[in-house]
Amino acid sequence: MSMFSWFSGWFAVRQELTPNRKKVIGIASFLLPILVWCAISYVPFIWHPMVMIEEPGDVDYFQVDMLIDKNTFAEESANMRAAHKAIPQGYPANPIYLPAPHEVAKALYTAFVTPPAQQDGQWLHQSLWHSIQIIFWGFVISSLIGVPLGILSGTYTAISRLNEPFVEFFRYLPAPAFGALAVAILGIYDGPKIAVIVIGTFFQQVLVIANTTRKLDYSLLEAAMTLGTNKFKLLTHVVIPGILPDLYRDQRILLGWAWTYLIVSELIGTSSGITWFITQQARYQHFDNVYAAIFIIGFIGLGTDLILAQLGKRMFAWDKSANKES
Amino acid sequence: MHLPSYLTQSDAVKTRFDQLKSREVILEVKDLTKVYKTAKGETLALKNVNFKTHRREFVCVIGASGCGKSTLIRILAGLEPHTSGEVLLDNKPVKGPGRDRGMVFQGYTLFPWLSVRKNVMFGLQMNNIGREEAEREADLWLELVGLDKFAHAYPHELSGGMKQRVAIARALVNQPRILLMDEPFGALDAQTRAKMQAHLLEIWRNIDITILFITHDLDEAIYLADRILVLKAHPGEVQELIEVPVSRPRSAMQFNSPEFIATKARLEALIHPPKEHEETEIPIQQRMIRFVNVQDNVE
Repeated sequence: MSMFSWFSGWFAVRQELTPNRKKVIGIASFLLPILVWCAISYVPFIWHPMVMIEEPGDVDYFQVDMLIDKNTFAEESANMRAAHKAIPQGYPANPIYLPAPHEVAKALYTAFVTPPAQQDGQWLHQSLWHSIQIIFWGFVISSLIGVPLGILSGTYTAISRLNEPFVEFFRYLPAPAFGALAVAILGIYDGPKIAVIVIGTFFQQVLVIANTTRKLDYSLLEAAMTLGTNKFKLLTHVVIPGILPDLYRDQRILLGWAWTYLIVSELIGTSSGITWFITQQARYQHFDNVYAAIFIIGFIGLGTDLILAQLGKRMFAWDKSANKES
Repeated sequence: MHLPSYLTQSDAVKTRFDQLKSREVILEVKDLTKVYKTAKGETLALKNVNFKTHRREFVCVIGASGCGKSTLIRILAGLEPHTSGEVLLDNKPVKGPGRDRGMVFQGYTLFPWLSVRKNVMFGLQMNNIGREEAEREADLWLELVGLDKFAHAYPHELSGGMKQRVAIARALVNQPRILLMDEPFGALDAQTRAKMQAHLLEIWRNIDITILFITHDLDEAIYLADRILVLKAHPGEVQELIEVPVSRPRSAMQFNSPEFIATKARLEALIHPPKEHEETEIPIQQRMIRFVNVQDNVE
């Protein structure tokens, strides 16, 4: 195969890739950032602005396992050399906030098996479970009102005109701004956290779903009307089944939205869940655990979305556009 | 070849029209006018349209684009309000859409989430007919359109022609008084289209249905219709109601018959009247640069 045809196979304008190439690229999209991270962590001359002290020498404030700025280390070494005292020894290192991949990989395991530091503390899996519950309830409460309201708005102009100007205004208000208010109303435990997720999700949800509902091919409604469908059944037998695959896709996107409000919401009132874990670990400078926790959030988010996507494909086999996607 | 007038009818055709006109009137349109109000002012889409269709008659509506034929059928279906005049179905004014007027759209409009059979059952179920009976009825009609083997397929698995057959079955299962068809075969390729036309005539012959069919294809109109309603654009007015002199049963052979050609010539004259000077004259020859290098001439 010539170089040119090889290249145009990978880079053809708006053309599908072969399944194998898709797989390769999918893996590469994760592999590339990891490779960059590995390079920065394991190749000393790329960054490594610090020095990890192995032998303090005669520098009075140096200690073993201390991270010192590269320039300071060089200066002190020069001073010691000039004074004919013991020269400190050390090796190049990255700052504490950038642990190497293998340290984070280890932390992904150890974080789960390390008992909580305090007696009333929680294990990582308990923190995670708590976070998942917050998300779940926030999303469920938002959807219980947001989905029907969105569908009604998309179906009836009067309802859309009644709520959308206000919703449109409200969605620009940052949800965390309501944290203090939520605490005053709902107390310091889970109530305000769920409320912030609801506020963050709900207003987008109404608009997005109303829009999806409006996109339903109007001629389907006309066809149903000529078949003698009354107004109520038009909603239940045409609008709702017709938008279901798109609605499902919207909900998947909105669930991702809800996740992004998680950390902020968990800082409100008493810190809890995965956020509590992260702040605790950061306080003790266990940044490998911090990264591990952040990655776990990512894994759970991506994992749920992939599962939901597969479920969606099964449920809406009739929807051609859904089967083309991904 | 000497063409007879399109007005000349053989005795058989004449008798047929006499019989047809003696049948009850299904649809009557009286002084129908439609005005669209836009920001720029009012547009007269339809002006004083009058016609009747008799029971089991096949009427085609043709006209240049923008003549309001789609508006007309949508008003008859009850999907759009009219400004003045009357639409009477069995002497009763039409209010909004209803199952007594079936409609087949150009864009198929099958419900993609329902199987073929459930699409056909839809109208029955919307009118509170029990599931078992609806299934039985649907299967009957699917057999009539030759799609009984595809009862459990989904619309996206069907070809355009098959989709339109499902749409016809779905409209007919409600046993409407009239079937309104809005350029139903417009999106199909020529071959499928010809098959569908023959198929539609076959269905029409076998059941008690009146059909109002919109098209811009003159051959299609002549092939299918008893009478052709010719609309003129700006505003949409009835130009002529032509009685097609081609005898029934129709076949593809008749496309070359003198009656067919005479009717087509008349329709051409009505729809594309010779203009004094063509607006979009296409400059050929002189100004055309020749890009060909091959020396010989293609013509």
